[in-house]
Amino acid sequence: MIGTAADIASWLFIVSGSAGIVISALGLLRLPDFYTRLHAGGVTDTFGAELLIIGLAIQSGVSLITAKLLIIGLFLFFTGPTATHATANAAWVAGLKPRLAERPDERPDGDNP
Amino acid sequence: MFLVAAVALLIAMALALIRLFIGPSLYDRVLAVNVFGTKTVLLIGVVGFLTGRPDWLDISLLYALINFIGTLAILKFFRYRRLGDRPPSEQRP
Repeated sequence: MIGTAADIASWLFIVSGSAGIVISALGLLRLPDFYTRLHAGGVTDTFGAELLIIGLAIQSGVSLITAKLLIIGLFLFFTGPTATHATANAAWVAGLKPRLAERPDERPDGDNP
Repeated sequence: MFLVAAVALLIAMALALIRLFIGPSLYDRVLAVNVFGTKTVLLIGVVGFLTGRPDWLDISLLYALINFIGTLAILKFFRYRRLGDRPPSEQRP
């Protein structure tokens, strides 16, 4: 009974994590601008990876494997947003501007930070 | 169920590779390499479970460390054009 429930829970986590990863890759390919693509790519590091790792950890029971999985999950949880922020900061400092909507009446020249 | 995750990871890695080749700016390519590395970490772990050898998680953890440091090193190099050594004007002959 408990084994079946654990199987169902780990199946749910793994499938939703895989779906999140594929959706993130589609966004990485299809979105129009660098900063929007950055937003799509950051989903992989937290949403998809964490759900997949939780599913694998449920599947492996309580052992050393679970400890290693949790270490990997914690590491990805902190370094993924850090790397994403570093990429965005480097692109902004290098002068890559986000693509904005064409509204010249609301954005006079020189107002761009 | 591990096979589903492995196939999904392979599809996502292929899409990230397309972005890596057509990415118009440098930072698109850096982002694609970072995402590709994260997916490689997950793929190594999933394939370890798929073949019944979860000891591969050690390799996966090592790859996560290398991926993070590599991304930061690429970004630092393209911002400062050097990796921590002195600029040429300060170097003694």
